[in-house]
Amino acid sequence: MRPFVFTQAQNQEQALAAAAANETAKYLGGGTNLIDLMKEDVERPSELIEVAGLGFQEIKSNQNGGYTLGAMLSNADTANHPDIRRHYPLLSMAMLSAATAQIRNMATNGGNLLQRTRCPYFYETSMPCNKREPGSGCGARNGMNALHAIFGWNEQCVAVNPSDMCVALAAIGAKVQVQRVNGTTRTIDFSDFHRLPGDQPEADNTLQPNELITAIELPKPAFSKHYYYLKIRERSSYAFALISVAAGLQIENGTIVRAGLAMGGVAHKPWKLTRAEEFLTGKLPQTKNFEQAAELAMREARPLEDNEYKVEMGKKAIVRALTQAYEKNA
Amino acid sequence: MNKIDPWDSPNANDRQLSVDEAKILDQLGLTGDSRRKFLSRVSAASLSVLASPFFTAEVFGKAISNNPAASPEELLNVILVDLRVNDTVKPLQLDSRMTLLDALRERLQLTGTKKGCDHGQCGACTVMIDGKRKLSCLTLAATCKGKEITTIEGLAGEDDLHPMQAAFLKHDGFQCGYCTPGQICSAVALLDEAKEGEASYVTEAVGEIKEDIQLSEEEIRERMSGNICRCGAYNNIVQAIMEVQSGEETPARWEFASAEQMKKAKSS
Ligand SMILES: Cc1cc2nc3c(=O)[nH]c(=O)nc-3n(C[C@H](O)[C@H](O)[C@H](O)COP(=O)(O)OP(=O)(O)OC[C@H]3O[C@@H](n4cnc5c(N)ncnc54)[C@H](O)[C@@H]3O)c2cc1C
Ligand code: SF4
Ligand code: FES
Ligand code: FES
Repeated sequence: MRPFVFTQAQNQEQALAAAAANETAKYLGGGTNLIDLMKEDVERPSELIEVAGLGFQEIKSNQNGGYTLGAMLSNADTANHPDIRRHYPLLSMAMLSAATAQIRNMATNGGNLLQRTRCPYFYETSMPCNKREPGSGCGARNGMNALHAIFGWNEQCVAVNPSDMCVALAAIGAKVQVQRVNGTTRTIDFSDFHRLPGDQPEADNTLQPNELITAIELPKPAFSKHYYYLKIRERSSYAFALISVAAGLQIENGTIVRAGLAMGGVAHKPWKLTRAEEFLTGKLPQTKNFEQAAELAMREARPLEDNEYKVEMGKKAIVRALTQAYEKNA
Repeated sequence: MNKIDPWDSPNANDRQLSVDEAKILDQLGLTGDSRRKFLSRVSAASLSVLASPFFTAEVFGKAISNNPAASPEELLNVILVDLRVNDTVKPLQLDSRMTLLDALRERLQLTGTKKGCDHGQCGACTVMIDGKRKLSCLTLAATCKGKEITTIEGLAGEDDLHPMQAAFLKHDGFQCGYCTPGQICSAVALLDEAKEGEASYVTEAVGEIKEDIQLSEEEIRERMSGNICRCGAYNNIVQAIMEVQSGEETPARWEFASAEQMKKAKSS
C-alpha cells in the first residue's frame, strides 16, 4: 500500500476543506472497498479523510412522508432499523443479501453507493482497463465478460455496478443528498446518480470532486407488503450477483397500482425497468403479465460474447421476483 | 466423513443453491452436468475478484509479509493511537497504513487473530469492535481511537473458557484451527445479533420484528457465511453454535475411537 496522510475530520467543514485542499485525497467510510483497492494498488489516494465521526448516523422521517438515512450509518444498522424493516423491507432484504455480516457492520451507506465495479480487469493492474487507467483500453470488451453488462455498455467499458443496496434504491426511488465545500447542498435523483460509461468510463457517478454524501432520502413507503429481492450468485453465499432483481408491488383491490422494479448485474448503473413498471401499473398480478413485463424489460438487451445467458436468466428472475413479491405478504 | 457440506463451498459445483437459484437454473434447462458446467464457467470468470487465494493451502499458512514497516525508524505518516484491546490500553505509534490486524499481531503480539486472505473474504481476522464483529484486515488501526476491541484472547474468563469456546471444543468445531478464532468471535457476536432480533437474508418476514430469536440451522449457516473454513468443519461449527444459542446440551457427534474400532480400521 502506498503511503498516505490520515486525517480525522471532526466536522463536515473540516472534512470538506481537507478534501478541497488535496486533489488526490479520498473520504474513508467503512473502508471495505477503498482499503481493499488500496492494497491492490488500484486506488492511490495521498490522503484519507475519515468521515465516520461526522455524525450522519441517524434515520429520521422526512417531509415527504418517507425516511432519510444518514450516509455514515452502517449497512447492518440500516437494514435492521425497525422503521426500515417495517416500511422498506425490500431495502432491508437487498442489503442483507450483500456481503457478510462483518462487512455489513463496517460498510456505510455513503460508501455503498460509491463501491467500484468488480470487473476482474479493473482489479488486475497489469491489464488494460479504461476505468482504472483512462485510454488503456477495455480488457473485458473482447476478453472474459461473462459477468459483464447487457445494457447500456459501449466499447469503452462493459462493467456492471456491484451494489445490491443500490438496486433496491432504484426500485424504491431515492435521492442522494450531498454537501459541498462552499457550504451549499445538492440533492441528486437516484436515477441520475450513477451513470453509463459514455466517453468517461472512469466516472461511475455524477458526484463532483470533494462532494460529501450526507444522506439518502427515501420516498413515502409503497412496497411494505409485496416485495422481493432475488439474487443469483455463482458461488459462495456472499458472492456478488450474476443478476439480481428488486421487485416491489403496491396492490389495491386486487390490481397493481404501482410497481418498482430494478435489476443488478446487468449495467454500469442499477438498471431501473421503467417500461416494465409502467406496463404493470393497472394490471392484475398474474403470471402472464409478469412474463410480458419481463419481455419488455429485456427487449433491448445487447449481450456480449460470454453473457448471453443473462438475457433468459434475467427474464426468469424478473418473473420469479414479481411472483414472490405478490405471494409474499409482509 | 462428508466434508463437502459447507455454507458455501469453494467449489461452485457442490454449493447448495438457494431455492431461487435452483428454480431459475431448472427453468433455463440447466440441470445436472450442464448446470455444473455453467456454474464453473461463470465462477472461473470471477476468479480474480472473489477468488480467493485463500482456497489454497499456501495462503492460509503463509508467512506474513508486505506489512508497512513495523520498526519505528521507518514509519511514514505516524499516527498515535491508544489502542484498547481486551480491556488493556496500549499507546502506539503507527504507520497510517497499518491495519488493526497487523497492529494486533505485530505490535501487541496478540497472534490469536489470524490473517487469511487480507482482503475481507475469509473472516479469519474477525474481531469485535465496540461489540460488533468486524474485519481487522480492512480496518485501519488509525480509525480505532477510543474504541473497544475484543479479540479471541479476551473471551475467556480467569478460569473458564467462554461458552462458545467450550462448545467448539466439545463439538470439534475445527480441524487445523486456523479459521477458529475468527469463527468463535463471529459466533459470539452472532448471539448478540440474534438477541437484538436482527434479520438475515433468509429470515422469512423481514418486516416482522421479534427479539431473542432462536436461529435455525439455515439461519446460522447464512449468518456465518463470512467465515470460511478450508477444512470444512462447518457441520460441527453449526452444532456448537446451536448448542450455545439454544442453551440445550446436545451430545457431541464424535468420540475417540475404541480400541476395537482402531483395530478394525488398521486391518481394513
Ligand atoms: C468480500 C466482500 C464481499 C462483498 N459482497 C458484496 C455483495 O454481495 N453485495 C454488495 O452490494 N456489496 C458487496 N461488497 C461491497 C461492500 O458492500 C462495499 O465495499 C461497501 O458497501 C462500501 O462501503 P464502505 O463504507 O466500506 O466504503 P469505503 O470503502 O470506505 O469507500 C468507498 C468509496 O466511497 C467513498 N466514500 C465513502 N463515504 C463517502 C461519503 N460519505 N461521501 C463521499 N464519498 C464517500 C470513498 O472515498 C471510496 O471511494 C462486498 C465487499 C467485500 C470486501
Ligand atoms: S469493463 Fe470497464 S472496468 Fe472492466 S476492463 Fe473494461 S473498462 Fe475496465
Ligand atoms: S484476513 Fe480474510 S477477511 Fe480478513
Ligand atoms: S480452516 Fe482449518 S479448521 Fe477451519
